[in-house]
Amino acid sequence: MTVTETPAGPDEPATEPDGKAPVSDRLRHERKLGFRLSAPAFIVMILVTAYPLGYALVLSLYSYRLTDPDGREFIGLQNYMTVLTDPIWWSSVSTTAIITVVSVAIELVLGFAFAWVMYRIIKGRSFVRTAILVPYGIITVVSAFIWRYAFQLDSGFVNSWFGLGDFNWFGERWSSLFVITFSEIWKTTPFISLLLLAGLVQVPEELQEAAKVDGATPWQRLWKVVLPNMKAAIMVAVLFRTLDAWRIFDNPFIMTAGANDTETLSFLAYRQNVTLVNLGAGSAVSVLLFLTVVLIAFIFIKGFKTDLSQVRGDD
Amino acid sequence: MASAVLVAPIVLAGCGSDDGGPPLLTWYTNPDNGGQATLAAECTESSGGAYRIQTQVLPNDADSQREQLVRRLAAGDSSVDLMSLDPPFVAEFANAGYLLPVTDPADVDELTEGVLEGPLLTAYWDDELVATPFWANTQLLWYRQSVADAAGVDPTAEGFTWAEMIDAAEAEGKRIGVQGNRYEGYMVWVNALISSAGGQIIEDAELGAEATPTVASPAGDAAAEVVGGLARSSAAPSDLTTAGEEEARSLFQSDDGSFMVNWPYVYQAAREGVEGGAVDQDVFDDIAWARYPRVDADEASRPPLGGINLAIGDFTDHPDLALDAVKCITSVENNAQYMVEAGNPAARSGAYDDPEVREAFPMADLIRESINDAGPRPITPYYGDVSTSVQRTWHPASSVQAPGTPEDTDSYMSEVLAGERLL
Repeated sequence: MTVTETPAGPDEPATEPDGKAPVSDRLRHERKLGFRLSAPAFIVMILVTAYPLGYALVLSLYSYRLTDPDGREFIGLQNYMTVLTDPIWWSSVSTTAIITVVSVAIELVLGFAFAWVMYRIIKGRSFVRTAILVPYGIITVVSAFIWRYAFQLDSGFVNSWFGLGDFNWFGERWSSLFVITFSEIWKTTPFISLLLLAGLVQVPEELQEAAKVDGATPWQRLWKVVLPNMKAAIMVAVLFRTLDAWRIFDNPFIMTAGANDTETLSFLAYRQNVTLVNLGAGSAVSVLLFLTVVLIAFIFIKGFKTDLSQVRGDD
Repeated sequence: MASAVLVAPIVLAGCGSDDGGPPLLTWYTNPDNGGQATLAAECTESSGGAYRIQTQVLPNDADSQREQLVRRLAAGDSSVDLMSLDPPFVAEFANAGYLLPVTDPADVDELTEGVLEGPLLTAYWDDELVATPFWANTQLLWYRQSVADAAGVDPTAEGFTWAEMIDAAEAEGKRIGVQGNRYEGYMVWVNALISSAGGQIIEDAELGAEATPTVASPAGDAAAEVVGGLARSSAAPSDLTTAGEEEARSLFQSDDGSFMVNWPYVYQAAREGVEGGAVDQDVFDDIAWARYPRVDADEASRPPLGGINLAIGDFTDHPDLALDAVKCITSVENNAQYMVEAGNPAARSGAYDDPEVREAFPMADLIRESINDAGPRPITPYYGDVSTSVQRTWHPASSVQAPGTPEDTDSYMSEVLAGERLL
């Protein structure tokens, strides 16, 4: 039996050899153009980021301290062994994970509430939107100082407002983490609500109205209509904020300087590289931090099963 | 274009002798109240046109100052002609080849003449003079006369110890100001206690990574008993785990204040507090001072040592002029002037006899004696590792036990120096 292949017409979908969804000619041409347009920027970016990344990889194979140049020695993967078997690394991983999970979860709920308010409000809309966005306009270092002073024993108002006497917030791990996470949430909830607002306005009003006519309760409309239609926006918001929170540096740096097990991964990398000028171990920490970021992005994109390239008008 | 024309003269002025004037020396200073800038101007004037000194102010805390200097020097920056350097970092910088040693014996004599014993120890590396003590600092025991009287103790007595001080504060229901935050100030405290008990934190420190930690010793145990004992007593400040110099000062001036170990600046600050209305005159009149308390009643205390050394960058284009500038800046007259103007104690003994110094510092003789007998922090190129190992294993103070903590410090520090543990 002979199989005759018919070339796809201009408007007919072509069948991909691997059985994936058919791609139109127009889409194929658009893709080609897209690659050509972005190639120069892509090449420059690879050159700019590949060198430092490669250099960090090389350095991580050495025992090398900037102020002890004679002691430089190739030690293979020993830095990675040292880092991965050290309680300080794992303590930093757990601290970073706690801050990330707690802050992103709370921010998602709060951010959605804010987005809903910004979306639905009719009177004083611009005032409310501005008020909600103010914390995000403040530089993180400044907000870290603001909350440090607010919770501090001598200058703070928090203890006197809540009758906490001389409770030292920065004296132990959990209370320090509370303040750090609180400040993080205060600062970046507006960002997540802005992204969610963008998703919210894209949910077609007719769908909600149709659901209403069918007798769906507000709760059902939220779960069955609004949220599924915002999946891409939610993923973008959660992914951005998770990666952002995973790289948290300013709050612990200003508030506790890493004391009481509040050191995060970025802070650990900073201390090894900049403070201790221990470039070997520091580069190993940086490379591992980079790998965790890649891993998180990968898990998110696989986990949400959303193809961002499909989020476009003509699909 | 217009802005380029405007900027051009400034850029040229920044390039030193390109504008035809005398060579320009850049002095990287730690922040002060302008005293170093004044000295730079005066030495420029007195050089008779041989050189000009401009100052560049470094960040506030010692660690950030070190970071910036390391970055510049590692890159071979020739603009670092002179630098104000914290003494614990001298060994690290010298070992990395960042500091220009003074080799001519006549110059060495001139730079070290009359310099107090404590700071002089910190200026050498590998038997070479690599820095010149510019000003020195030490901690005193500050106490409230009324509290000491009520408790029936005399902190100025020869054998006054930490244990007696803690008992006195507890008996009066007061608290003691110390630096218990996890930072360099805590290391200063621990080092002073171990030195006072006759021990040292590290042996053969000059071997760098090969040195032997010696905190696990009778002296280490005695120091741990003081720190842990105070932290678990009712005399401990409620913010002990986060307290630095300023927190201790604020506690000392409050109704809970009794005793405090701190640098001499606190006296001047209290006086300014009275003028500004933040401190009562009664409180100021109640403040008295004594030598750093002893750990062992039979052994003299070794107070903490701070201050600033002046060093010449190894990549400078003007080594001879930089040396002349160091001689001028650290002269005994300028030491005295700087002490009066900036409130930072002089490194040379002679400055303390200056009438103006004696008027500004009623405790001048005690400061001089204290600096002379002070115990420097370990002189090692791996100072950061040593200090951070101590800070990590001794924090929070309430967890410090003897025996236990000193042994933990030694094993942790050994692993860190061998590159087997992170800091």
